[in-house]
Amino acid sequence: MARRYDSSTTTFSPEGRLHQVEYAIEAINNAGTCVGILAKDGIVMASEKRVTSGLLAPSKAGSTSFLIHGSESRTSSEKTYKLCQHAACNVAGLTADANILIDQARLKAGRYEYQYCEEIPIEQLVEHVCNYKQAYTQYGGLRPFGVAFLFAGYDQHNGFQLYQSDPSGNYSGWKATVIGANNQAGKSLLKNEYGSSSAEEKEGEMKVEGVAEEIAMPDINEALRLAVKVLNKTMDATATSPEKMELFCMTLKDGACVHKIMSKEETQKVIDEVEAESSAAGDS
Amino acid sequence: MDTVIGVQYEGGVILAADQSNARSILTYQSNLDKITKLSPSSALAVSGPNSDLVNFSEYISKNISLYQLSNDGLQLSTHAQANYCRGELATALRKGPYQVNCLLGGYDAPSGKGKGSLYWMDNYAALSKVNYGCQGYASNFCLSIMDRDWTEGLDQDQAVAIVDKCIRELEVRFVMSQPNFIVKVVDKDGVRTLKFGADPADN
Repeated sequence: MARRYDSSTTTFSPEGRLHQVEYAIEAINNAGTCVGILAKDGIVMASEKRVTSGLLAPSKAGSTSFLIHGSESRTSSEKTYKLCQHAACNVAGLTADANILIDQARLKAGRYEYQYCEEIPIEQLVEHVCNYKQAYTQYGGLRPFGVAFLFAGYDQHNGFQLYQSDPSGNYSGWKATVIGANNQAGKSLLKNEYGSSSAEEKEGEMKVEGVAEEIAMPDINEALRLAVKVLNKTMDATATSPEKMELFCMTLKDGACVHKIMSKEETQKVIDEVEAESSAAGDS
Repeated sequence: MDTVIGVQYEGGVILAADQSNARSILTYQSNLDKITKLSPSSALAVSGPNSDLVNFSEYISKNISLYQLSNDGLQLSTHAQANYCRGELATALRKGPYQVNCLLGGYDAPSGKGKGSLYWMDNYAALSKVNYGCQGYASNFCLSIMDRDWTEGLDQDQAVAIVDKCIRELEVRFVMSQPNFIVKVVDKDGVRTLKFGADPADN
């Protein structure tokens, strides 16, 4: 029955739904998982890399890619993109679609700086990308973008912020969230464990409405461990290794944002820490 | 020829402008307010032909209000406002320039800069952050006074005293008669009028 109203983005179904937009959102549930976690002193974005092949060429020097901390080699990322000095994003979905939107975001950030000589407030950047996406759900008969983003950024008004957006053009700010494959499992883990200090071992059930203020933000290292823990859960029980995941963190140093993709060794270290934690707690 | 004066002090900015609206041998009005509030803590003092003065002030002030409305009450810093203003002058420069010279004064709350800042802008879209400044013939008389009297860490009364000194000098030495001046302060409590020669509200 719904079939008749499926094909065109610009048509509502009788139930008041936009099927093409919903199908686009579905497409992302097949994509590599991305976790974003807000910490006191920064933001962590961890993603599952689907494209892992020894035959992948390293990117050429001088391209806008990330410097692997501590090493001279540069590598590009299929998941994490720098938008401007104080913002980066993680992609889940069709990479080709994402490239268009990332260009838009970079352009907007650049134009804002040209006009005001100041960095763009993160929410404005996110809203601009989302408004662009929304147009493809309303005009032109073109399909929506099959991309969901996690935006991580810092501005002086609101500090570190994490936003999630989807093909409909909706966005919201989060303390921690997951997109891509098995995001529900990831989200439920975050609900229980975000804000609980591992030293105190607070139970997830105790977090009721009204005591939300009790949630203590993790620091960057705790956030990294939590992110790896989430990926462990969402990545179908396959043994986690540094090749399959990408850890990105954004922190502040001397008033400027530092974007860092962790090296293989650093990633392994976090994975080991999480291993140790879970065996110490007696988890099976 | 309009006079516009600005002095930055610890905690804000004083802006002053003459109140006459004249052309050739005729004075149309002697209670004009040439200082427009841009945001809760910034103001733009403009000199130039009345058409551009009013058009430009209103255009900038409404666009800054639009920014605040579109972004959930977020306020642009003085630095950002000044650069925006200059950008508009620059874009118009090679089309149909605004024949205005401005002084933009604002106060940024401590999380921003915690102090007043003053920006000097001319009709060629030059922009400079200054501690004190003038537009018009007034510069010839007043800059030397401010050069001598301005120091870091002035309070509001001291800053107003400098402005008063400048105005008195103009009364004595400047050939044109400018009987009325309006003086405004921009600080953490907002933009307000300290004194005026003639009430702008009287019509």
